[in-house]
Amino acid sequence: MSLDLISSILGIAVFAGTSLTYATIGEAITERSGILNLGVEGMMIMGAVTGFAAAFHTGSLMIGVLAAMGIGALLALLHAFVTITLRADQIVSGLAITLAGTGLASFLGERLGPDHGALVGLQGPRFRDVVIPGLSSLPVVGEALFAQDLVVYSMYLFIPLVWFYIYRTSPGQQLRAMGESPATVEAMGIPVLRYRYIYTMVGGALAGLGGAHLSLAYTPGWSENLTGGRGWIAVALVIFASWRPARAFVGALLFGGVNAVQFRLQASGTTISANLLNMAPYIMTILVLVLVSSASSLRSRLGAPAALGVPYSREERT
Amino acid sequence: MIRFRLERRIDPPRYLSWAVPVASVVLALVASGLLLLAFGANPIDTFAAMWDGAFGDIFGGEVYSVSETLVRATPLMLTGLAVAVAFKMKFWNIGAEGQLVMGGIAASAVALFLPDAAPWIPQTLVVYGLIMGGAAILAGALWALIPALLKAYLNVSEIIVTLMLNYIAILWYSQLFTTSWKDPEGLGFPGSALFPEFTWLPRFSNTRVNVALLVGLVAAVGVWVLFAKTRAGYEIRLLGDNPEAARFAGVSVFRNILLVMLISGGLAGLAGMGEVAGISHKLQQGLSANNGFTAIIVAWVAKLQPWAIVLVSILLAAVFVGGDQIQMTMGLPASVAQVVQGVMLFFVLGGDIFSQYRIRVSRERGEVMA
Repeated sequence: MSLDLISSILGIAVFAGTSLTYATIGEAITERSGILNLGVEGMMIMGAVTGFAAAFHTGSLMIGVLAAMGIGALLALLHAFVTITLRADQIVSGLAITLAGTGLASFLGERLGPDHGALVGLQGPRFRDVVIPGLSSLPVVGEALFAQDLVVYSMYLFIPLVWFYIYRTSPGQQLRAMGESPATVEAMGIPVLRYRYIYTMVGGALAGLGGAHLSLAYTPGWSENLTGGRGWIAVALVIFASWRPARAFVGALLFGGVNAVQFRLQASGTTISANLLNMAPYIMTILVLVLVSSASSLRSRLGAPAALGVPYSREERT
Repeated sequence: MIRFRLERRIDPPRYLSWAVPVASVVLALVASGLLLLAFGANPIDTFAAMWDGAFGDIFGGEVYSVSETLVRATPLMLTGLAVAVAFKMKFWNIGAEGQLVMGGIAASAVALFLPDAAPWIPQTLVVYGLIMGGAAILAGALWALIPALLKAYLNVSEIIVTLMLNYIAILWYSQLFTTSWKDPEGLGFPGSALFPEFTWLPRFSNTRVNVALLVGLVAAVGVWVLFAKTRAGYEIRLLGDNPEAARFAGVSVFRNILLVMLISGGLAGLAGMGEVAGISHKLQQGLSANNGFTAIIVAWVAKLQPWAIVLVSILLAAVFVGGDQIQMTMGLPASVAQVVQGVMLFFVLGGDIFSQYRIRVSRERGEVMA
């Protein structure tokens, strides 16, 4: 493989992996607090449609991104309310977020265009590549990493910041602890349920942001099934990443890389059909989970929060 | 200051088990109405049009709309039962969609290729119906066996695996009807050749309602018997409600995961056969119509009760048919149906708390529950 090809594949991998990285890190934060949110796919697709609609009508990418994060957080708030306050099953509530989010997104896609019309096929503002002088002329990685859009650059800053928060600050330490033993954290005088609300919403906002990167940069515009299961891949990547931000990025790059190879193969006029090529990320998700699970069957050694998915209430703690 | 406190009900009154879900569904319709209002659609007109589309003409002595609702309910009933069997054990089969598609592919393969490959097999409806049914059950069950084995041996999350297998099944079936199985005489339209007529499931009078609906009703009885009368059903329920106790009592988790997914995948596979052999008579676009996902809503709104699944699948089918109606007559997107169904699931889910807890309101100062 020529260096140019490697550079090009790496570039597409980063670009394609950005939405996954945000969504995966968001879900990892939520799960660390002890809440499992399977609504990532729904929050992402709602972020994509809202982000595009908001950017289209205001002409502002910033407003688009904020709207996407807002809607993601709002859906996550619903999940938090149903599972934390109403104590419903976290798995079913997450599925409900995804089912309702997918339905609502396709409804909004038909409705949020000009004059209550459809958004499909419209061209709106999109993030453009910003080439960073100097860095972008580094060999191989330069163009791949530093000729990207602003959402990608924010991700470069965001990953170490999240790492620092989780591992080097005291709220981060509490976050890690409340997913392991909420009663202990509560005993330290920290309102666990309130923080679980907050971290669930943070996860939702990040999923929304991931969705916005899809509709405002990766495949600009709105179409149904835009996310194509990326939200679910993110849920799987959380396990692959052992709930760690940097590994989440590595995992997302891996999947972005699959997209990139698909893209190159199609561009080179391969005889393999698009349907079969498109199976690759889904097959890979299963394989990755199988590998991670067989490497260690002990959940604790993988870093899963011990209290993940277990409802917590002060009066019924055991 | 008024405080709310939750108190777990020790022995919930029986009427709550139906009153709470019914009230939740009604409230969900109200909430969906408000949502419609927010997007500039008149909710009363919309619901009236949906009702009209789903049941309306029965009062004029016609059965068209009701029959279409039952046609739509058939796959929902079978996949709803499929999902419910797995959910009873808290085994989260999100893969009914893919299992349905695999069942449809298998039944299509029988109908398209078996008559030529084995001309000695009597070409009658009963024989072919049984072979197609068997093939569909087998295909759905084998597709479901993958996540079951991965869960049983390696503890791999069944949620993700069943979900990924949906995408793979749908892509494979698209591949089949657009390339290798595509009818060369189809004038360029993607889709397989028409099945031979002796494989078509019989329909009732001049509607599209067919034998698959009866299969769904029989399956509902079967699932009821499984859980109410058999030891296997008891073990599955025990594993779902109290896995610790089940293991203590020597119930095999491994065996039951496999059993549950074989039943679940088989039922979903049958739904796929019903769609190709009862409705489209060929493999074409539309086999994957999100039934496997809507099935989750059906199963949960019905509280996993087989007889309730029959009713709820008709209710949600009516919402779908009504959604198509408002698209035609009011120009509203048909996806309103999905929104209404999603909202319904939330209300039923959130409403559960009223059957499990008593809410105490007190005026004195006490601990606030979040």
